[in-house]
Amino acid sequence: MAAKKVFGSAEASNLVTELRRSFDDGVTRGYEWRVTQLKKLMIICDNHEPEIVAALRDDLGKPELESSVYEVSLLRNSIKLALKQLKNWMAPEKAKTSLTTFPASAEIVSEPLGVVLVISAWNYPFLLSIDPVIGAISAGNAVVLKPSELAPASSALLTKLLEQYLDPSAVRVVEGAVTETSALLEQKWDKIFYTGSSKIGRVIMAAAAKHLTPVVLELGGKSPVVVDSDTDLKVTVRRIIVGKWGCNNGQACISPDYILTTKEYAPKLIDAMKLELEKFYGKNPIESKDMSRIVNSNHFDRLSKLLDEKEVSDKIVYGGEKDRENLKIAPTILLDVPLDSLIMSEEIFGPLLPILTLNNLEESFDVIRSRPKPLAAYLFTHNKKLKERFAATVSAGGIVVNDIAVHLALHTLPFGGVGESGMGAYHGKFSFDAFSHKKAVLYRSLFGDSAVRYPPYSRGKLRLLKALVDSNIFDLFKVLLGLA
Amino acid sequence: MEGMKETVEESLREMRETFASGRTRSLKWRKAQIGAIYEMVKDNEDKICSALFQDLGKHSTEAFRDELGVVLRSATVAINSLDKWAVPKHSNLPLLFYPAKGKVISEPYGTVLVLSSWNFPISLSLDPLIGAIAAGNTVLLKSSELSPNASAFLAKTIPAYLDTKAIKVIEGGPDVATILLQHQWDKIFFTGSPKIGRIVMAAAAQHLTPVTLELGGKCPTIVDHHTISKNIKSVVKRIAGGKWGSCSGQACISVDYVLIEKSYASSLIDMLKPTIKSFFGENPKESGCLSKIATKQHVQRLSRLLNDPRVQASIVHGGSIDEEKLYVEPTILLDPPLDSEIMNEEIFGPILPIITVRDIQESIGIIKTKPKPLAIYAFTNDENLKTRILSETSSGSVTFNDVMIQYMCDALPFGGVGESGIGRYHGKYSFDCFSHEKAIMEGSLGMDLEARYPPWNNFKLTFIRLAFREAYFKLILLMLGLKR
Repeated sequence: MAAKKVFGSAEASNLVTELRRSFDDGVTRGYEWRVTQLKKLMIICDNHEPEIVAALRDDLGKPELESSVYEVSLLRNSIKLALKQLKNWMAPEKAKTSLTTFPASAEIVSEPLGVVLVISAWNYPFLLSIDPVIGAISAGNAVVLKPSELAPASSALLTKLLEQYLDPSAVRVVEGAVTETSALLEQKWDKIFYTGSSKIGRVIMAAAAKHLTPVVLELGGKSPVVVDSDTDLKVTVRRIIVGKWGCNNGQACISPDYILTTKEYAPKLIDAMKLELEKFYGKNPIESKDMSRIVNSNHFDRLSKLLDEKEVSDKIVYGGEKDRENLKIAPTILLDVPLDSLIMSEEIFGPLLPILTLNNLEESFDVIRSRPKPLAAYLFTHNKKLKERFAATVSAGGIVVNDIAVHLALHTLPFGGVGESGMGAYHGKFSFDAFSHKKAVLYRSLFGDSAVRYPPYSRGKLRLLKALVDSNIFDLFKVLLGLA
Repeated sequence: MEGMKETVEESLREMRETFASGRTRSLKWRKAQIGAIYEMVKDNEDKICSALFQDLGKHSTEAFRDELGVVLRSATVAINSLDKWAVPKHSNLPLLFYPAKGKVISEPYGTVLVLSSWNFPISLSLDPLIGAIAAGNTVLLKSSELSPNASAFLAKTIPAYLDTKAIKVIEGGPDVATILLQHQWDKIFFTGSPKIGRIVMAAAAQHLTPVTLELGGKCPTIVDHHTISKNIKSVVKRIAGGKWGSCSGQACISVDYVLIEKSYASSLIDMLKPTIKSFFGENPKESGCLSKIATKQHVQRLSRLLNDPRVQASIVHGGSIDEEKLYVEPTILLDPPLDSEIMNEEIFGPILPIITVRDIQESIGIIKTKPKPLAIYAFTNDENLKTRILSETSSGSVTFNDVMIQYMCDALPFGGVGESGIGRYHGKYSFDCFSHEKAIMEGSLGMDLEARYPPWNNFKLTFIRLAFREAYFKLILLMLGLKR
C-alpha cells in the first residue's frame, strides 16, 4: 500500500502552475471543452448514483432518498441547465451608449477568471463540490476542488470519479485537511469559492486578500422560522419537519434553526409537530432509517453540550434521546430556552429545534434583526401584509414564505448570504457569473472627435462639455450654433 | 487618536440607528439626498474648481469634464432611474413549484464605508456616495488627505446639504483609515493602490465585509499603425489626451505605455511632440492646462523612475523636473528596458514609454507578462487583432480606438480584475454595488404533495426523481399507477 503523498506548499504551487499553463494554452476556453466536461459530469450522475448513495451512507448515514434527490438530482438539473444555456451565457451582452461616447458601440464580454479553487463542505459533499465546479467549468476556468475530509468516503469517491472522467490538465481534486488546505490557500487563485463556517470564511478571505483574489463565501447562520397562527398548521408543520430533519438531520446551512411564534399558538404547534413527527419517523424516531446520523463524535459532543446546558435541558418538550455509539440524537424540540443560552448563540446544525414564544408576532422581527444575518429566513402565514413586511425588513441571504429550503432547487434565484452568512451567490446563471469576469468593451470610431476634449482649455470648450455631459441635445446644438 | 476612535464609534452608532429607523429605505429620501448632491456641486462650482486647482493645479475645464460633470451626470441618472432600479426582479419558477412565486429584491447593506482617492477627489468621493445612497445605505466617506482643499470642501459642505445623521465625512490619512478599518462595516468601497487594497480587504475579512476595490495597473495602448494610418492624427491626439490631458497621467485609466511597431515609432514621436506643444505651449509648466503632481514624494518617485541610467538614455522628449513646483515635464521614452522599474509599476505620471515590437501581434505577449490592468486600449481596424486582444488578454475593460472614455459610458461596468480590482460601479452597477440581492420565494400552503414527506418508500423516491427531471408525463403515469 503506497504511503499517502505529501501535499505541501511546493505541491500546491506546482499544481497551480500546471493549471495556469493549461489555462493560458486555452484548454478551457472553448465551448466544446466545457460541454464535454459537463457531459462527463452528467455521466457520473447517471452511472454512479449507487456508489454516491453508498458513500453518503458511510459518511453521514444519509437515507437513499435524500442522497438521490438533494445530491444527485439537483446536480443533474444543474448540469442540464448549463448544457442548455451555455451558448447564451457565453454570448456578449450589448450595452447602451450615450451621446458623450457617440459614435460607439459597447458590449459586456464574459471571460473566465483563470484558475479557481473550490473548497467544499461535509454535509452535502457531492452537491457542494460539483455544483460550484459546474459553474467554474461553464465559465471556462481551470479548477481545483478540495472536498471536506470530514466526509472521507465521499471525498475519495469524488477524487476517483473526477480523475476518471474529467480533463486532468484543467480539473483536479486535492484531498486532505488543514495542511493541504493551508498550502492551497497560500497560492494565488483567480477566485476562491468556499462553503462552510463563518469562522473559516474569515480565514479564507484573509488569505485571498494577500493576492486580491475575489471570493464567494457560502456560510451559515441561525435561520429562523416565524409561524403565524393564521396558517395551515398541518402543512406548516410537515414542511418544517422535512426541512429540518429530512435534510441531513438539521445539518444544512439553510436548516430551520429555531422557531418564533406566539405564546398562544405554541402549544398547538408543538402538538401538531409531535403528531407529524410520529407519522414520519415512528414512535421511536432515534431508530428511524429516514434520517441522517450526526456526522462525527465532535459534532455529537457539541450538540450534546447544547442540550445539557443548565436552563436548557429542562426545556425539552419532545425527544432528547442520545446514542453516542451510533452518533444519533433524536429529533428534539425545546420550548423557550434562554436567549443567551449556547443553543441560541451558535448555529445548531443538528436535530435540535428550539421554539421561542412571544407575546405578539411582531416582536419576532426585532428578535431576528438583533442577530447576525442568516442564510435564510422563513415565514408561515396567509397574511399578505405580514409577508410583505417580512420580505422587506428582514435581512437574510434569502427569504422563503410558506415553505422550507426549496429555494435551493431554484436556478432562477441567486443563492447566497449577506453579512455573517456570506457574500456572493450562485445557482443557474449566477454560478456562471460567479466564475466570470464581465469585461466592458467599447468600440469607438476614429471620426467624430471634439476639440473640446483637449487642451488648451477655453470657456467655449467648457460650455460644450457641459452640454455633452448633460446629454441634452438641444443645449448641445445651441452651443454649437453659438446661441448659448 | 482616542478622540478620533470615539468620533468614529459615535458616527457608526448614529448611522446604524438612522438605518434601523428605516429612513433611508424611502426612494423619496434617496432622491432628495442625491438631488442635494447635485445642488451642492452646481452651487459650488467655483469653490470646487478652486480647491482642485489648489490641490492639483487642475484647470477648471478638466475639473468639470473629469469631476463635476461626472458627478452631475451620475446624480441625474440615479434620480431618473432609481424607481426602475429598485423594482423587484421577478423570476420564472419551474412548473413543479407552481403556484410558487420568486423574485429578487435589492436591499441596502446597511452602513457602508467609502474610502476615496486624491487624484479625482470630488468624483471618486461623490460618485460612490451617490451609489451608496441610491441603494439606501447610510454612508461614511473618508476623503484623501493628499488633496486637502477638496477634502476640506467636502467635509464642510456635505453636512450643509445632506442628512448628517445618515451621511458623514471624515478627513484624515492612513491613521484615520486604520481606525475606520478596525470597525465592522456592511460594505467597503475603496479606490486606490493594489498595495492598500490588500490591507483594506484583509481588514474587511475580519468582519466578513464585502468589498469593492477600484485599483490600478499599467494600462497599455496598442497602436496598429497599418490599419489606422489614415486617422493617425486623431490617434495621436487621443493618446496625448489620455496621457497628459487628465491629471497629468495620474489616473487609474491613464494611458500608461504605448506599443507600436518599430518602424512607426519615430513618426509617432514626431507627431506627439507638436501635439504636446499644441496642448501646453512652449512651456508646459506655465500653461495652466497641465495638472500638478500630487506631492513632493510623488515627484520624487517619478524622478527615481527616470533616474535609472537606461531609462535616462531612452528619453526622447522632456525629462525635466521641478520638485518645488510639483512639475514633471510631459516626457516620452523610447524603448526603456522591459525590466526597468518604470515598466513594472504603474507610472501614474506624465511619462510615456513607447515600446516597440517587430510585429504588432507581439504586443499581446508583452501585455500578458504584466498583471491584469484596469483598461487596455487598442487603435486598430484589424478585426483579427481585436478578437485576439479580447480573447487572449484580460483587463477590467477594453476600448478600441479611443482612451479613457469608457468611464463616461454608464451602461458599462467600471471595475478591474486581478490586481486591478474587485467589483464594479457606474450607472446601475453603482446601485447594485451597494445592494444585497435578496431572493424571495413564496410557496403555496394550498398544494401539498404527500411524496415530499417521510416515511420514504420507492414510490416517493421515483416520484421526486421524476419531478426533478420535470418529466411531468411520466409523473402523471406514476400517480395513476401506470408506472413502476
